[in-house]
Amino acid sequence: MGDSRDANRVRNSLGLSFLGGELPLDLDLSRRDVLKIAGYGSLAAFIAACGGSTTTPGTASTGGKLALGSYLSDAAPKKGLQAVVDAFSAANGGTKVKVNTVDHGTFQNQINTYLQGTPDDAFTWFSGHRMRFFADKGLAAPIDDVWDAVKSNYTEGFAASVKGNDGHVYAVPTDYYPWAVFYRKDVFAAHNYQIPTNWDAFKALCDQMKKDGITPIAFADKDGWPAMGTFDIINLRLNGYDFHTELCVGKQKWTDPRVAKVFQKWSEITPYYSQAFAGLTWQEAAQQLLHKKAGMYVLGLFVSEQFVQGGSTTDLDQLDFFPFPDMGTAYDAEKALDAPIDVYMMAKKSPTLSADSGQAKAFLEFMAKGSSQVTFWKSAPGAIPTATDADQSQYPALTKKAAQIVANAKRITQFFDRDSRPDFSGPNSMQGFLLKYLGNPKQDTSSLQGQMQAFWDALPPET
Amino acid sequence: MAKTTTSPAPVRTEASEAGALVARRRRRYSLLTRRDKLLIAVMVGVPLTLDLLLIWGPTFASVAFSFTNWDGIGAITGKNFVGFKNYQFMFTGYTLFWPAFSHNLIWLAWLTLIATPVGMLFAVLLDRELGGLTIYKSVFFLPVVLPLVVVGFIWELQYSPTDGFINNAFGVVKSGHLIDWLGDPHLNLFAVLVAASWRHIGYIMILYLAGLKSVDLSLREAARVDGATEVQTFFSVVLPVMAPINVIIVVVTAIEAARAFDIPFIINQGKNGLELLSILITNNSVSEAGLVGFGSAIAVILLLISLGPIVLFLSRVMRAPA
Repeated sequence: MGDSRDANRVRNSLGLSFLGGELPLDLDLSRRDVLKIAGYGSLAAFIAACGGSTTTPGTASTGGKLALGSYLSDAAPKKGLQAVVDAFSAANGGTKVKVNTVDHGTFQNQINTYLQGTPDDAFTWFSGHRMRFFADKGLAAPIDDVWDAVKSNYTEGFAASVKGNDGHVYAVPTDYYPWAVFYRKDVFAAHNYQIPTNWDAFKALCDQMKKDGITPIAFADKDGWPAMGTFDIINLRLNGYDFHTELCVGKQKWTDPRVAKVFQKWSEITPYYSQAFAGLTWQEAAQQLLHKKAGMYVLGLFVSEQFVQGGSTTDLDQLDFFPFPDMGTAYDAEKALDAPIDVYMMAKKSPTLSADSGQAKAFLEFMAKGSSQVTFWKSAPGAIPTATDADQSQYPALTKKAAQIVANAKRITQFFDRDSRPDFSGPNSMQGFLLKYLGNPKQDTSSLQGQMQAFWDALPPET
Repeated sequence: MAKTTTSPAPVRTEASEAGALVARRRRRYSLLTRRDKLLIAVMVGVPLTLDLLLIWGPTFASVAFSFTNWDGIGAITGKNFVGFKNYQFMFTGYTLFWPAFSHNLIWLAWLTLIATPVGMLFAVLLDRELGGLTIYKSVFFLPVVLPLVVVGFIWELQYSPTDGFINNAFGVVKSGHLIDWLGDPHLNLFAVLVAASWRHIGYIMILYLAGLKSVDLSLREAARVDGATEVQTFFSVVLPVMAPINVIIVVVTAIEAARAFDIPFIINQGKNGLELLSILITNNSVSEAGLVGFGSAIAVILLLISLGPIVLFLSRVMRAPA
């Protein structure tokens, strides 16, 4: 269904965590340097983050009411949120929290109307350009005071990801997940495949898999968005973080020869893709990997959801991943990848916000606690907690590795549809353009690139 | 019509003879009492207000929006007005407009030439004394009861390349050369049209069957007495008698083609060969994208196209009682 437009709608089945305190998530496009600060969860930060119950910072209040709009419509994350909400209510003097859950895709499609109409006090959303967009439009309430109370529980990278263009903080980040190349350990062991670290080795492995009767790379793009993940990573490897992020916001042209180079490189691996990928959903492609019909899959950690169906973790234990191979450019050293972050925000136009402001802030502070995020993670293990004080001892190996790959990255992007304009990322724009390219990857892409730039140029100015 | 245009004339001649009398007679002969007039005012006024408010208001608003680059947030200011820029881009720069337009045309041609005639044929076949008639009718009518969204979902499952019923049932999966019913831009529109016809045929069948039931039996008997064959009877007697229903069928078909939306949207949000005008409107304006101005411009074009069958339909309906 269309509601799977965003990879993030899925969170399931896995445990991930981040290992150390070093987690450079520099998403602020204006920043060039990633700051690494080991803000390893101190007890003081933990207490400060405890809105309401113990040391209530000036703005938060107990009891009362709170309305929360949620796109966590799948069963598992919905249950996770309810568990967190119940814990919040108990810790905050019995605040009555009304959770309004809306189908994930519908929530996204109606976000404009929702935020301008009668939104709930707080709501679930994404960081990056997608957050700044609504902050710029005056539809999100700044939460600098909340951030002051909880920021010691976050690394600088996360701090940058929730800062608006005006310098105010607009969201509390609660979880994230990386994109990488997933594979089955048992398949690699059986065929004696080696993890490819560069582009040629990657293609050689694909050839070998083809000879062995395996679809080398599972791929599915019926939903339109999955192809963006591959575009992102190839562009990051070939042309670097700066070019990619500038392209996403229109500071570089789609007609640039560097974009043509991305399409050329990409066409070297499209012959290894699943058959009929334009008619497959990502879940169907994940099944190919699960059933050993496909060897690798470039996707987000949420692919693990497909590996635990039936309650058994036998398949999940075989799931592993490696970073997208180097392509022999200076940008390989950036080790860049997509690692989207999910956040909670406050809706400025909520009719009840003036009354519930204290409760909303207390809730955001509560969501910034590692213990709250771990509670959520238990139901939605595809989402790695962001707080430094999150208890990582219970995370399985894959989770730890996922956190590590993000920690090792020197540049981190969100995902195309979070880094670029929403009106450029939809089914009749970027998704459609990429499908057009994938229909004939060997084509001369100059006319396609011209169409992309023409579409960009026709968009109204972002104010 | 005739009555109202001729009646003032005699009144006027009388009026010249005795004005006072006429005045009294006018009051007395007025067909409507004060209460009637009030009632009419309310009965016409309320629907008219609702119509203006809920239909014509948004329609004209869309036309106005189509000259702006409004993103749906905040107030529209003078800065937002961009003249014909949206239209210019739509016709010349937006590579999806003409494909969507032609997909709507293909949709119309398919329904007109294939689905609607098949539905009519089913109606004619079922308009006889057959055993199990109710079962046949129910079978063909069942898809009509389903929402289009459900129809889309059902067919999505049939068409899926690896897991779908069709590719598995016909051994395509085993052969190793998958047919990508929904992902191949040369194929998916027709796959979707089959799904749409599945429902459309039943719809037309029921409409037409109702019409056939109203055809005077004596006409058919007369034709039979005259030695006409079944086919001759249908084309020379039944079809002409059914003229009003035929128009409705044509109009329903045209409107179905213009408003086609649900199935492609369920399948892949209308991209990669499944673009339709209605979907371009939705994806551009009623989504996170918020290109309300541009989406409205496409909507205005679709409105102009739809006006044709709507005007035809209304003129027929208005004439029907006479």
